Amino acid sequence: MRRLEPAAITGVMSREVANFRTFWKATTFSSVLEPIIYLLAFGVGLGSTIVDRVDGLDYVEFVGTGMVATAVIFSSALPAMFGTFVKHRFQNTYDAILAAPVDVEELVTAEMLWIGIRAGFYGCFPLLVAMAFGLDPAPGMLLVPLFCLVTALGFAAFGIAVAGTVSKIDQFSYVTTLVVTPLFLVAGTFFPIDQLPSGLQAAAQLNPLHHLVELVRHASFGFRATDLIRFAVLIAFAVVLWRVAVQRMTARLID
Amino acid sequence: MKGVVKRFGTITAVDGLDLEVPRGICLGLLGPNGAGKSTTMRLLTGQAIANAGEIRVLGHQLPQEAKAARAEMGVVPQLDNLDIDVTVEDNLAVYARLYRVADVRAAVERGLELSRLGARRRDAVDKLSGGMRRRLLLARGLVHRPPLMLLDEPTVGLDPQIRTELWSLIDGLRSGGTTILMSTHYIEEAERLADEVALMADGKIIARGRPGDLIAEHAGRETAEVYAPPERLAAVRAVAEAQGLPVRPAGPAIAIVGSERAQDGAVPEDAVRRAATLEDVFVLLTGADAE
Repeated sequence: MRRLEPAAITGVMSREVANFRTFWKATTFSSVLEPIIYLLAFGVGLGSTIVDRVDGLDYVEFVGTGMVATAVIFSSALPAMFGTFVKHRFQNTYDAILAAPVDVEELVTAEMLWIGIRAGFYGCFPLLVAMAFGLDPAPGMLLVPLFCLVTALGFAAFGIAVAGTVSKIDQFSYVTTLVVTPLFLVAGTFFPIDQLPSGLQAAAQLNPLHHLVELVRHASFGFRATDLIRFAVLIAFAVVLWRVAVQRMTARLID
Repeated sequence: MKGVVKRFGTITAVDGLDLEVPRGICLGLLGPNGAGKSTTMRLLTGQAIANAGEIRVLGHQLPQEAKAARAEMGVVPQLDNLDIDVTVEDNLAVYARLYRVADVRAAVERGLELSRLGARRRDAVDKLSGGMRRRLLLARGLVHRPPLMLLDEPTVGLDPQIRTELWSLIDGLRSGGTTILMSTHYIEEAERLADEVALMADGKIIARGRPGDLIAEHAGRETAEVYAPPERLAAVRAVAEAQGLPVRPAGPAIAIVGSERAQDGAVPEDAVRRAATLEDVFVLLTGADAE
């Protein structure tokens, strides 16, 4: 049987869909409400009191477009970390799947794709909410789901790789505090990166979320030539982390 | 499996295992906890890779062709790993897809019929009783009608009524020609279901044969159980062992195995004589208490 069989991948994804049908309301509720709260707090609150315009944009537009990246990382990296760990350690789900004609590479790929599609979808919600707050629709925004999908694939793989590495669920605290939160804060969501010290500006170029923030803003207000490079970085990020996730999960799942 | 070795660090879980399962039989892999039964099962699905030796399943070389081998086998795990929030029929449908079943709907109906859960098809699994969940696990493993089933401690932790119910299902499979490899540490389960029993201890097969043949070879015809205070039990044991009769603990009693060979005085008159069982063989050969 060949590698990466579509039937194996869609089979694993169908399991995720069957489970998702049991909790989609709660996930959708938080995905819609959270950007509204953030936009009210930062966009309207901060925007009407302290900050008026940033980089030539109304602050609510600046934050609204940036919030897409926040939604993507929180709906991909975290579910991938916790979901993978729980399915492996507590539910023994992967033992059942790997007893079927599915290998670890297919399993990881399917989990990534499912989380990526979900996060790509939910990542667009802040943009829709921002439109309700005054952001004008633009044709480039049609590419935002694609940008979100590719970034979410990378962060889903990141989460799976972390779950395949840690020995206890408590250790996720280190990852969220030392990796996820800094990536989220230094992405250019709430303030422009060019106001940071030069070292942090350089570091931000290594942050995939920053590239997503820039791509979403440019999709909304006009693309630039460097956006192709940014998109390539996101693809490379997803591919590299995919291979790392497969390697880590193989070590974890196959004795 | 030929000369298969599987180590976990310094622990050798499977130690030069030779095991062949002829088509169409139910082979019971009987052994105490820690004997290497579950590791053997994982080696056969490719979820564990042997350090040495050769494994072939239905003509497929493992681990290289593990995926193709898994497509032709069904697995019922020791631990319940159903998706508990998902409905009974969705649990079956997901695995029908994973096993590439062409007609998923028909496979689900077959699974519901086998597990006798048709009336509960739209219930979430966490609303089912323990016995229903076990029946569903079995049906899930059979969703693609495999010629080979691996049952890893299929009735562990179940009450006797549910266990008997599952035995009927497994017996039905065997009668239908499915080859079954069943690990268990329940003697009665092996005796009732297995055409042949392979006794496993310390990662090796230490005896194999039909239950009746194993009993005759290792335990003889008769066992005498003696119930008495500890001092008297010690004296009886000493006399029996002096005559070369194996003696094993049997809860509060001792069991003199092969008591038909005892000479005068070795078996007290108040001893309870009974036919020798697989449990006698198990305890004698593995040194472990039977369940």
